[in-house]
Amino acid sequence: MYKIVTKKELNPTVVQMEIEAPLVARKAKPGQFIILRVDADGERIPLTVAGVNIEMGTVKIIFQVVGATTTLLSRKSAGESVCDFVGPLGEPTRTAGVKKVCIIGGGVGCAIALPVAEEFHRLGAEVTSIVGFRSKDLLILEDEFRAASDRLVVMTDDGSYARQGNVTVPLKEALEAGERYDMIITIGPLIMMKFVTLAAQPFGVPVTVSMNPIMIDGTGMCGGCRVTLVQNGRRVTKFTCVDGPDFNGYEIDFDEALSRGRMYCDFERRARDEACNLLKMA
Amino acid sequence: MAIIPKKHEMPTQPADVRAHNFNEVALGYTPEIAVEEAKRCLNCKPRPCVEGCPVNVNIPDFISRVKEGDFEGAYQTIAATSALPAVCGRVCPQETQCEARCTLAKKFEPVAIGRLERFVADWHNARATERVQAPVSNGRRVAIVGSGPSGLTCAGDLAKKGYQVTVYEALHTAGGVLVYGIPEFRLPKSIVEREVETLRELGVDVELNVVIGKTLTVDELFEMGYEAVFIGSGAGLPNFMEIPGEAYKGVYSANEFLTRSNLMKAYLDHPTTPIMKGGKVAVVGGGNVAMDAARTALRLGAEKVYVVYRRSMDELPARAEEVEHAQEEGVEFRLLCNPVEILGYHNESDPRDPKNGFVTAIRCVKMELGEPDASGRRRPVAIPGSEFELDVDAVIIAIGTSPNPLIKSTTNGLDVNRKGGIVVNEDGLTSRANVYAGGDAVTGAATVISAMGAGKIAARAIDAALSSHK
Ligand SMILES: Cc1cc2nc3c(=O)[nH]c(=O)nc-3n(C[C@H](O)[C@H](O)[C@H](O)COP(=O)(O)OP(=O)(O)OC[C@H]3O[C@@H](n4cnc5c(N)ncnc54)[C@H](O)[C@@H]3O)c2cc1C
Ligand SMILES: Cc1cc2nc3c(=O)[nH]c(=O)nc-3n(C[C@H](O)[C@H](O)[C@H](O)COP(=O)(O)OP(=O)(O)OC[C@H]3O[C@@H](n4cnc5c(N)ncnc54)[C@H](O)[C@@H]3O)c2cc1C
Ligand code: SF4
Ligand code: SF4
Ligand code: FES
Repeated sequence: MYKIVTKKELNPTVVQMEIEAPLVARKAKPGQFIILRVDADGERIPLTVAGVNIEMGTVKIIFQVVGATTTLLSRKSAGESVCDFVGPLGEPTRTAGVKKVCIIGGGVGCAIALPVAEEFHRLGAEVTSIVGFRSKDLLILEDEFRAASDRLVVMTDDGSYARQGNVTVPLKEALEAGERYDMIITIGPLIMMKFVTLAAQPFGVPVTVSMNPIMIDGTGMCGGCRVTLVQNGRRVTKFTCVDGPDFNGYEIDFDEALSRGRMYCDFERRARDEACNLLKMA
Repeated sequence: MAIIPKKHEMPTQPADVRAHNFNEVALGYTPEIAVEEAKRCLNCKPRPCVEGCPVNVNIPDFISRVKEGDFEGAYQTIAATSALPAVCGRVCPQETQCEARCTLAKKFEPVAIGRLERFVADWHNARATERVQAPVSNGRRVAIVGSGPSGLTCAGDLAKKGYQVTVYEALHTAGGVLVYGIPEFRLPKSIVEREVETLRELGVDVELNVVIGKTLTVDELFEMGYEAVFIGSGAGLPNFMEIPGEAYKGVYSANEFLTRSNLMKAYLDHPTTPIMKGGKVAVVGGGNVAMDAARTALRLGAEKVYVVYRRSMDELPARAEEVEHAQEEGVEFRLLCNPVEILGYHNESDPRDPKNGFVTAIRCVKMELGEPDASGRRRPVAIPGSEFELDVDAVIIAIGTSPNPLIKSTTNGLDVNRKGGIVVNEDGLTSRANVYAGGDAVTGAATVISAMGAGKIAARAIDAALSSHK
């Protein structure tokens, strides 16, 4: 059992927890993730390591409540435990040689992007962060991003806070104005990452995307997390959990990934409704 | 006394009933049948059957005891060499191992060694009450990576000698393929749980949710004070066919499909584990894994299940009994067929059509058998112009697995061969001092009993090496 040491609601649907897992805390690097199960009958879900406290032996996770498992997790309180917690999985984000970076997060993807921004900041790179949210209520981690960035642009789709529009707008402006990043790292909904990649393409700036397909084991055993890269015209299958989650944005077949991500849509809707009903009855 | 030419039949659930449930198919011999079957053994002097068993179970001896009704004695005989008799009796490919060599097999059916072994193990397990005693610790620590049959066997043998053993397992349940791959209807989970429980009673510490190479490395295990490490990490990396269409929704590796069903309990109609049920399913491959996937799909409610295999019935590598059972249950074999493409649904005019991107069919080409290849099996060759389509809603790919590169890539100086198998000597020692390996991680996908045998050999070698210094 892995104890939930702290719990904090960042916005109505995003929750942050610190969970006791000393072995994971000691090893985790920005860009890596863990897999947890809430209880002994639960599903395994991947969540990014949003930070660690090595002295306390805790790992921070930030998650959006989207379906059955994240709903169950969000109902747990500090002091309670989750039954399984394994990691750190995946490859850390590559930082070598990157002096000037633009980090683009969307929605809960910002939780995944923050430790990456912090790491570049710590390494002395020049960090521009562009974070986007649907509206002001959903905004998370603004102060943390400000502290980790040389320049921060906040966008909301509906204009209820900061600047209105999506994250590609300020990116294009900067690129058109002649900004040349060594790397653009984008983390968020697939569709956003696809458009960030398309926006960067004319300028030839390298793009790293953080893929988040459905996973089970996270060790390369099931192949469920596979994505297709197109390398020199050849289609190559990669497993996100061991080869990723970071990939070259120009190589990813986004349309395929978008389609695969919707494999269990109906099932998930039903499971979430059931989980909600159960909790209502309880 | 005239010899009964055939094995005593194994009582099973009727095919039409078992095709819809996950309970064990074979029900096991009764004591009466077991004794009668044991009487078929000639107790022949050359004992060729023993040579056929990878761990050399003393077969004639245990069978003689069954004949005398001394079932516990029979169990003790088997247990002297095999750590998991209840498992091996069920899943060993006896027809190519012990039973293949049986003298009786020259003229008749061999003695049903596997069924007798299973009977004896079940008989013992149902009655054994005294808990095993943890031996006095010798204070020396050994780490085992992976809780499949090789790791469990190595751990058990070392624990019995007094070593303090820790098993590190990446998943949330111990047992390796025995829990995530082989389905309940062939190997009940309770049997594996019991074996793991016995290990715990022997004092073995089983640490779940630790991925060696990620959470801890092999080097760190030595820093933590372990004096030897055994790697039994299996061959879990699924191969795909690299044909167009493998990314469609509804295309699974057998590992994913079976893991969802077994480990994630979709077979219990688990509410949080999604899996495709119903419809038509094509399983590609001809091994045990393919049979398990096909029969699992059937039990989850598929209306039609095809096994698509590129060679003929004679070459099917699965256990004969599983092929027979699959046929009885209604699995349709499409032999001498090779998939060339997986087709899917596209509705260009409505990108939001929820059916978009799902499998609709698998296109195959018919094959004929040509000249024997290096392995001695006749090589299948495509017949030009013979392509046809099977309409299906899901495709499960069961064409093999390879050793996972995770440990190799994080352990300096660990040599692997071209296929990713860890290189070991006859003692199971790798290219790294005090690091041993065995099972599928070394050989590539093989069998439970060979993995167990490798665990035993390594345990013996580790004990010899550690007791020689200090
Ligand atoms: C490497 C990685 C890192 C991630 N990091 C974070 C994070 O830091 N914070 C966060 O909020 N979310 C993160 N996610 C997504 C998170 O795993 C899913 O939101 C979660 O699994 C949903 O589970 P559910 O049962 O609540 O919802 P469901 O009802 O099961 O699904 C809702 C949505 O989540 C997706 N999803 C479902 N199951 C999985 C699964 N096993 N793996 C991946 N996606 C799934 C579905 O496609 C669907 O879009 C990450 C995903 C990956 C692969
Ligand atoms: C569906 C299926 C059906 C089969 N049917 C039969 C049959 O009927 N008869 C037969 O004899 N054989 C059968 N086999 C083959 C047999 O199961 C294997 O040969 C055997 O299990 C191999 O044992 P092992 O100990 O080498 O590895 P595995 O059983 O593969 O166990 C390896 C374990 O190590 C863990 N692991 C891997 N990497 C790490 C890591 N880095 N850190 C920590 N843990 C790790 C894995 O999670 C796993 O639990 C079947 C296999 C499958 C998949
Ligand atoms: S362990 Fe397997 S091969 Fe050996 S005797 Fe038993 S069933 Fe036969
Ligand atoms: S070879 Fe057959 S008949 Fe001879 S001892 Fe072995 S099981 Fe009995
Ligand atoms: S999650 Fe199973 S292989 Fe990646």
